[in-house]
Amino acid sequence: MAVSIQNLTKIFGEQKAVNDISFEVKEGMITGFLGPNGAGKSTTMKMATGYIRPTSGTVLLDGIDVTEHPLKAKSIMGYLPEHNPLYLDMYIREFLGFIAGAYHLKQPKRKVEEMIDLVGLQRESGKRIGALSKGYRQRVGLAKALIHNPKVLILDEPTTGLDPNQILEIRQVIKDISADKTVILSTHIMQEVEAICDHVVIIDRGELVANDELSVLKAGLNETNGIILEFEKAINQKVFEEAGFELKEYGKNAYLIESERSDLRAELLKITSEHDLPLVSLTKAQKSLEEIFHRLTQKTGV
Amino acid sequence: MISIFIKEVNEFLNSLIAYVVIGVFLIGIGLLMWVFPDTNVLDYGYASMEPLFSMGPYVFMFLIPAITMKSFAEEKRAGTIELLQTLPFRDSQIIMGKFLAGFFLVFFSVLPTLIYYFSLDQLGNPPGNLDTPGIIGSYIGLVLLGGVFTAIGILSSALTGNQIVSFILAAFLSFFFYSGFDSLAAINIWADWSYYIGQVGIMSHYTSISRGLLDFKDIVYFISLIALMLLFTQLILGWRK
Repeated sequence: MAVSIQNLTKIFGEQKAVNDISFEVKEGMITGFLGPNGAGKSTTMKMATGYIRPTSGTVLLDGIDVTEHPLKAKSIMGYLPEHNPLYLDMYIREFLGFIAGAYHLKQPKRKVEEMIDLVGLQRESGKRIGALSKGYRQRVGLAKALIHNPKVLILDEPTTGLDPNQILEIRQVIKDISADKTVILSTHIMQEVEAICDHVVIIDRGELVANDELSVLKAGLNETNGIILEFEKAINQKVFEEAGFELKEYGKNAYLIESERSDLRAELLKITSEHDLPLVSLTKAQKSLEEIFHRLTQKTGV
Repeated sequence: MISIFIKEVNEFLNSLIAYVVIGVFLIGIGLLMWVFPDTNVLDYGYASMEPLFSMGPYVFMFLIPAITMKSFAEEKRAGTIELLQTLPFRDSQIIMGKFLAGFFLVFFSVLPTLIYYFSLDQLGNPPGNLDTPGIIGSYIGLVLLGGVFTAIGILSSALTGNQIVSFILAAFLSFFFYSGFDSLAAINIWADWSYYIGQVGIMSHYTSISRGLLDFKDIVYFISLIALMLLFTQLILGWRK
């Protein structure tokens, strides 16, 4: 296991920020770490990186205990903190050079140039970090996290505040480099998880509420085989009821049909053509990850 | 540690801090030593560097907190402390890197005053009539004192995320350690203990070194005071987690 988190708990004063969380992440996978604001995502990540000490529990990065061997763990881990703090007065090369020095890299200059190419900073490379836009700063942060070719990459909301093009680019970079690494990234954006993650961990109020592969999690939701039919004008609902289907209102002249039958679509199409109904669209009612997230994290009420 | 040291020194050099600190120190000390009528050596009539060594600590009391107030306070405010503490550095390496960078700057602001030594050497009657061992001792004392103030500044900076609070705290603590204990010792109530209370402060050790009497215990005092301050800094950095 590349990352193994066992019974991790963090208590701030009276508040349990993270309560007995355990999960494991396999090597070469991108894991999406989800949860509403204040669920304890950042706290968990900060413990995983050794920045704050857990109240109890352990974090193993590639088998190395972060609390017991912090230096060793930190040297195989790349971390992009939330809000991406950087030294704004430094030049990009100066900053990456400092990071390369911190990791005692051989040929630091060459490494710095490699990173600038990798994250696409060539055009801006002569600037001070303070003069960069948010998207470029995020790239500097990513270059910082990647420069020592870490085995484990921990990214806390890597795409917040970026424009749609930058989001796609940053995602591509993460995807490209993830082949031989273990990546944990936290995010609010569900499409992001669907786009790049293999595995999903959801926490809410410090508790683990889901820990599965994305496909498993999504399959679990589609147990209800639903179809949404939309018609041009009002129809006689009886024709469906006679065939044994139950219609639920789903907007104007639209109905949701749920059934266990497998070839539901074909049957419904047959009925509509037999009765010459003005069908406009027929879509599969798929529950998105957003609904999963909503359902899992709203269970306990606000 | 070395990479932190280099980063900090570059930060001093890239901002105006280094030039302003060295400039203000030299102008201030230069004025006190050669121009201001109350303190200048020329009117005093003796070839002595006394003004430098008696006023130096007071100038340091303002300048060194200004150098160090940024070191941890700014990192905390900007969140970059998280960046530093998740790189493979020990907290002690971060602290030492920052301390040595501040100390380096202090050392380089004192260094140019060596010119005064050669000027005074020529002004003496006959030339060369100067208390050289006393001056060497005083220089060592001044540099060590700068080290203590730097360590106090680093500690104050670690205590807060606000640079102004850090500056005021460092200036006050420096003043207190320099002459506060001495003044406390003068209070009558604990007259029996006054010697020991005075010994806790910096001034008694500083004046003893300034006499050219390089006593081992004074050197140990300065170094242990620096170590103590840095140790507290480390405790604070670790405790915050």
